[in-house]
Amino acid sequence: MIEIFGIPSQALFGQLLIGLINGSFYALLSLGLAVIFGMLNIINFAHGAQYMLGAFAAYLLLQLTGIGYWPALILAPILVGIVGIVIERTMLQWLYKLDHLYGLLLTFGLALVIEGVFRNYYGSSGLPYQVPPSLSGGHNLGFMFLPNYRAWVVVASIIVCFGTWFVIEKTRLGSYLRAATENPTLVRAFGINVPRMITLTYGFGAALAAFAGVMAAPIYNVSPQMGSDIIIVVFAVVVIGGMGSIMGAILTGFALGIAEGLTKVFFPEASSTVIFVIMAIVLLLRPAGLFGRG
Amino acid sequence: MASATETITAPATPANHRSEMIAFAIMAVFFVVAPALMYPIFLMKALCFAIFACAFNLLIGYVGLLSFGHALFFGWAAYFSAHMLKQWGLTPELAIILSTIGAGGLGIVAGALAIRRQGIYFAMITLALAQMAFFFAVQAPFTHGEDGIQGVHRGKLFGLFDLSNDMSMYFFVLAVFLGSFLLIYRIIYSPFGEVLKAIRENETRAISLGYKTERYKLLAFVLSAALSGLAGATKAVVFQLASLTDVHWTMSGEVVLMTLVGGLGTVFGPVVGAFVIIAMQSYLAGFGQWVTVIQGLIFVACVLLFRRGVIGEIAHFLKIRL
Repeated sequence: MIEIFGIPSQALFGQLLIGLINGSFYALLSLGLAVIFGMLNIINFAHGAQYMLGAFAAYLLLQLTGIGYWPALILAPILVGIVGIVIERTMLQWLYKLDHLYGLLLTFGLALVIEGVFRNYYGSSGLPYQVPPSLSGGHNLGFMFLPNYRAWVVVASIIVCFGTWFVIEKTRLGSYLRAATENPTLVRAFGINVPRMITLTYGFGAALAAFAGVMAAPIYNVSPQMGSDIIIVVFAVVVIGGMGSIMGAILTGFALGIAEGLTKVFFPEASSTVIFVIMAIVLLLRPAGLFGRG
Repeated sequence: MASATETITAPATPANHRSEMIAFAIMAVFFVVAPALMYPIFLMKALCFAIFACAFNLLIGYVGLLSFGHALFFGWAAYFSAHMLKQWGLTPELAIILSTIGAGGLGIVAGALAIRRQGIYFAMITLALAQMAFFFAVQAPFTHGEDGIQGVHRGKLFGLFDLSNDMSMYFFVLAVFLGSFLLIYRIIYSPFGEVLKAIRENETRAISLGYKTERYKLLAFVLSAALSGLAGATKAVVFQLASLTDVHWTMSGEVVLMTLVGGLGTVFGPVVGAFVIIAMQSYLAGFGQWVTVIQGLIFVACVLLFRRGVIGEIAHFLKIRL
């Protein structure tokens, strides 16, 4: 067996892969938070709950209607996106003129409601969701065993993250979005329906969280508190990266997942706190965050 | 931050101080009589959370900083005081004072990091730091993980008064509460408090007037953390227990909810909010998990319809300050 720094390569690469998987979810979720924050100036505390809703949507689609993983990967984000649009239209839209803090408080309340309802019906223990048959099994790469599903999660999240980045930074639609972030009044004067764009942005952010949730379902169990567990870490990721930049959110997410995986190899006791420690160090050295503006 | 605390518009006139004095007298009389009418354990729990909410309100209501991590100070001070009582055999007042100082120390570290960013980031940083402290509490041996520190003896206050008697305990908690309440009241209307309010309204202008706002914010944060610690340490003595519940992020959320229900930036709001939420939790205990859902719905309702909170609405209606 090959050893690197006294660690068997199997263990090292295994943890690196887990780190990369976690990083994929951090990147997807912090990307969604950044997109929503950019447009709505709201920190979406319900993002974790929407991630959980995505996983439950996939689970329930399978249990109740027999709809499998691949259709669920499309359907669950659409369903949760619609829930997001309803939330934006009925509640969030009344808060834009107020302090940012009210958006945080409202979405925190929503997260409590959603999580509480699911815990009532499904308890706190996780529910299993099978890896789709087309992605079961794996490859032996010589230095480590790579399960197909995990490889797919990393690849899919990279594609979705960079797709989102491309749409926002490089297309006409994205330029409308960025312009509306800078100066909504002027963009409206050009005849663009900014309120509808805001609504759709929130729906898209929620859908992105749900997409991450469906992908997470076969890896972690489907459980009501899966969202609140991850969202606090994602907040730290967002503080480290700064929400000014889409690419910053993506890169920080992946990097911190890997940092967490490596910590699990070399200093397991600190693996649950390492991201928070990094956050504290970044705040001391670069208070605006790694990719923050000003 | 002006809209976060739209309730405080009434100027500091003698008439306004009079309305607050009358309200304080009513509150004090109520709490002296209350144990004859209500279950003392419930009252003590509510009073501890009232201290906690008032300490939290000092930060959100008067400096405009929303901390989502105050369970850090509340919960760790509870661990400190339970440990000091049980393992070191200190008297309760000494354990509480030392724990309060300890929470203030944690406040210096957390505050120094958190005030480096404003607004929404401040909330996320405090939440993340509190979560880190939660993981420490899960792993540290002296907290006893899932079990918590159980079977703590209340001991004798100053070595004289036996606190295992619920009535002695109650009046001790009441004294701690009234003392903290008056201290916070004094802080709010001191020159220091006026600077805090200036920072809340317009930090840039406060800086341009020559105030080192970072120092003011840090001191306010540390005061708030220490008083939250006082609440947690007292609660640990009352319930003879310190557990993970007290350091969990849901506890940080609960104190936000109490303050919001009572009225952000009102002097009496947090007390009323703490009583409403604790009463709700005890009366609805039979509903189990639904309590979380109901709390979430109250959050949503408060933010959408009821931003002034109970006391804020009353004060607005009567055009006085409370």
